[in-house]
Amino acid sequence: MQLEYIGLKGITGPLIILEGISGVAYDELVEIQVDGCDMRLGKVVEISEEHTIVQVFEGTQNLSLDNTKTRFLGHPLELPLSKEILGRVFDGVGRPKDNLGDVYPHVRWDINGKPINPVSRKYPRNYINTGISSIDGLTTLIRGQKLPIFSGNGLPHDALTEQIVRQAKLPSENESNFAIVFAAMGVSYEVAETFKNSFEQSGVMQKVVMFVNLSNDPTTERIITPRCALTAAEYMAYELEMHVLVILTDMSAYCEALRELSSSRGEIPSRKGFPGYMYSDLTSIYERAGMVKEKNGSITQIPILTMPSDDITHPIPDLTGYITEGQIVLDRNLHQKGIYPPINILPSLSRLVKDGTGKGITREDHGACARQLFASYSKVQEVRSLSSVIGEDELNNIDKLYMEFGRSFEKEFVSQGIDEDRTMEQTLNTGWKILGILPKEELDRIDTKILDKYYPDK
Amino acid sequence: MGDVGLLKVENQNQGYIFSINGPVIKAAGNVSFKMREVVLVGKEKLIGEVIELKNNYATIQVHEVTTGLYPGEPVVSTGKPLSLKLAPGIIGNIFDGIQRPLGTASEKFGFFIERGININPLSENKRWNVQITVKPGDIVTSGMVFAKVQETSLIMHKVMIPYGIEGKVTDIVSDGHYTILDKLIGVTSKNGTHDLTMVQEWTVRQPRPYNKRLLIDRPLITGQRVIDAFFPMAKGGTAAIPGSFGTGKTMTQHQLAKWSDADIIFYIGCGERGNEMTEVLEEFPKLIDPRSGKSLMERTVLIANTSDMPVAAREASIYTGVTMAEYYRDMGYDVAIMVDSTSRWAEALREISGRLEEMPAEEGFPAYLSSRLSEFYGRAGRTINLNNTTGSISIIGAVSPQSGDFSEPVTQNTKRFIRCFWGLDRNLAYSRHYPAIDWLTSYSEYINPLSNWYKENVNPSFIDYRNELLKILQEESGYKEIVKLVGGDILPDNQKLILEIGRLIRLSFLQQDAFHSIDTFVPLKKQFLMMELILFIYDKCLELLKNELPISFIKETGVFEDIVKVKYTIGNDEPEKFDDLKKTTGGKLDQLLINYNK
Repeated sequence: MQLEYIGLKGITGPLIILEGISGVAYDELVEIQVDGCDMRLGKVVEISEEHTIVQVFEGTQNLSLDNTKTRFLGHPLELPLSKEILGRVFDGVGRPKDNLGDVYPHVRWDINGKPINPVSRKYPRNYINTGISSIDGLTTLIRGQKLPIFSGNGLPHDALTEQIVRQAKLPSENESNFAIVFAAMGVSYEVAETFKNSFEQSGVMQKVVMFVNLSNDPTTERIITPRCALTAAEYMAYELEMHVLVILTDMSAYCEALRELSSSRGEIPSRKGFPGYMYSDLTSIYERAGMVKEKNGSITQIPILTMPSDDITHPIPDLTGYITEGQIVLDRNLHQKGIYPPINILPSLSRLVKDGTGKGITREDHGACARQLFASYSKVQEVRSLSSVIGEDELNNIDKLYMEFGRSFEKEFVSQGIDEDRTMEQTLNTGWKILGILPKEELDRIDTKILDKYYPDK
Repeated sequence: MGDVGLLKVENQNQGYIFSINGPVIKAAGNVSFKMREVVLVGKEKLIGEVIELKNNYATIQVHEVTTGLYPGEPVVSTGKPLSLKLAPGIIGNIFDGIQRPLGTASEKFGFFIERGININPLSENKRWNVQITVKPGDIVTSGMVFAKVQETSLIMHKVMIPYGIEGKVTDIVSDGHYTILDKLIGVTSKNGTHDLTMVQEWTVRQPRPYNKRLLIDRPLITGQRVIDAFFPMAKGGTAAIPGSFGTGKTMTQHQLAKWSDADIIFYIGCGERGNEMTEVLEEFPKLIDPRSGKSLMERTVLIANTSDMPVAAREASIYTGVTMAEYYRDMGYDVAIMVDSTSRWAEALREISGRLEEMPAEEGFPAYLSSRLSEFYGRAGRTINLNNTTGSISIIGAVSPQSGDFSEPVTQNTKRFIRCFWGLDRNLAYSRHYPAIDWLTSYSEYINPLSNWYKENVNPSFIDYRNELLKILQEESGYKEIVKLVGGDILPDNQKLILEIGRLIRLSFLQQDAFHSIDTFVPLKKQFLMMELILFIYDKCLELLKNELPISFIKETGVFEDIVKVKYTIGNDEPEKFDDLKKTTGGKLDQLLINYNK
């Protein structure tokens, strides 16, 4: 029997404290009724024989020490799942938000998920063609990968993500067995709507599941949102064997919610007030990407985070970068030069690129071409800083070529239209065309055979 | 669900859960536990370890997820500290942080890791071909080998008398096939008789005993030029690889695990990505060890406690790895341990410490971080074992400094206990210079103890050449600062030459292509010849400059490009080609001078 407890012992921030309760499990789901009508959800975050601490997802506004009835539901937060979730919109804790009624569940899964046994994982090898040169050519996205976009406020990360969603396809297979899970955490109404419109326009809305926690929704709800989204993704990947692309935006808002919660619990902070367990907490989200041997489905994650003051060493991007398999970094200078997408390729990286590209998959010269573009563009930065001191006219001839290479690279390779869908061939050929600006001797990262075959004749 | 109630049990060594806070629980009741004892928590019998006893409460770190535990559930003593089963079946296997076999777990429980799984670490059904090496009547002491088992095609497992047993062999079985639980010999000692099987147990947090420590005198050869030639690692040594994300820590660790000339490799994935462990599992069985011609998995053990697995088991994983390694060292093997990454281990320590509400030192890390690190790295070394064989443990720890800042506590404390420092540089990685080991900040204190070995086994000039190259790189970095400010054209030709030779060293010698079949592993002989070739060109160019030949003329000949390509064009066993190349490039340059003088 489920007991109801009337009243509370204390309230701090999003936490409520109860006393004299027995038979409550760690992480258990809690229903709190306020003033006999307003129903809120929470979970047990700390228990001892003396007291029980519950985190209320919707916040503790209007709660008093005696106007609540608390009920412990005997299980952790579970998400009702069935095929019908496709095309639906849910709130941050997985309740329908689109007035289409409840989901009749096929199963209910614990939103916390479980770690995947590394023995059972399947190493990601299939690349996803996004039609964006700087991603396909240099930081290739692989199915089953977690590849975040590190952005800043005001940069076009949303437009880029929408373009990826519109254009993403697998070159090897011709299947429609894909789905998109979109989780919004603390984003503005406009951002969420733009995404929704973009899904509708490209006709994929029936393949999308949305979990939306807007910036004016309760902060603590955000802790739950990505977990609901990933549970839905796991259901589709491992039960329905679909290929799922999960977009999580904005992870910075998630981390800030985590910090808020931690500080109201009086925990010892580590860097910039973020809790010491933030790494472990983030891995419990990011590591849910991947593929397993027994199933055909896959989960690919594109988390988006805005770097506070564009600082890549801030704990949020820093810890994310340590967990994810690479990162795509957007750059304000490029954006201000009018380059879209403003991807700064130097700090960008895809760790799985070596196994998902090359001979037989993309083209034999892919690795060499990419390596050389990276190396030469990195040299461009040195030359630019020199030219800002002595002026471009004073540069020697080779350095002048590097300046030209840098400009063409940004203008022709990185920059492309918001609807421009390039093939891998186009991307690599453009790469070689630009490398052709430099004399052959400068291309020192390429095997002679490949160089002779692909270096453009003048 | 509410009917569990408060299950207070009055048993001798049984308490009950009082409170739960993430991976840390407190037990009350009759908690006459010992420190570091293993207890079984709750009805699902989750494995926990006692870490604090205070005011009638026992604080326990639980090595599994605590979701769904109730206050009042029982906490049962096992009387034993966290310990490992040591027997044949370890090599080639993959375990989690507390020695549960992940392969078996995946067969039994599917692709998620469930809670409360209780599986034997090693197969108890497999029959091993055992050869007994003692006779009845022999006097045996701790550590003595009494049987041999071919564990993999590369590793002969030597079954040793467990520590603390000394006496006379009373009976033996005949050679043949046995499981690890079958009795092999009987021994009588002062304390009675012992039936010995292949299994012995050892606690993870206590180093295994040895006879004597030895000084460092031989390198751990890795086939990576920047390491072997510039900052060598020793057998029995300690090294750290710090680097921010994307600089190639894991890549470097994988290269070392593949190509180091240790007998056995323990690869500990401590709080890192699941896919990286999968990669090792998929790739290593296919890779062939250049020395033995056998699959690399035949000498590799994986400990995988990926980042999403419970944080307390992550804390235990490095001890699990090093204890198993010590067991093989005791058989007389050279063992190398790669830990990726020690920062995640330190964070696990911090997380548990935070839940205990201990007073933090720097950045929330507990004050005992440094002593724990020193205990861990202290377990490396070359030793004479109890059975008079010689073995070694080398530890290479990756460090993931927050924000890539090497002044943070884990990097700084690690630096005190390691003697070989391979600092990875973000800018090198951005320009795709791999391995991104920064030659200006890295160091190896083993260069002096090892220089004799290099002189005797490779070439008497090896160390001199190495020093010469490092000196050129030092000078290069100075001149590069000037170039950054005013451009390269105003430098005199001899300084321009340093820039050219510096570039040559970086491109040809320091950059190494892990995906190229020849370049992924380079023997010391070729490393030496490459250094010699670079210095040969340097001397030759100096000579030309003395004759006032402008350096731009030399560049136009393309000799530098020829040398950059040597790593691909000359195989690892074709030393004669270096002489040919010296002749042709030398000839080109001589001809250049003749033409110029005309």
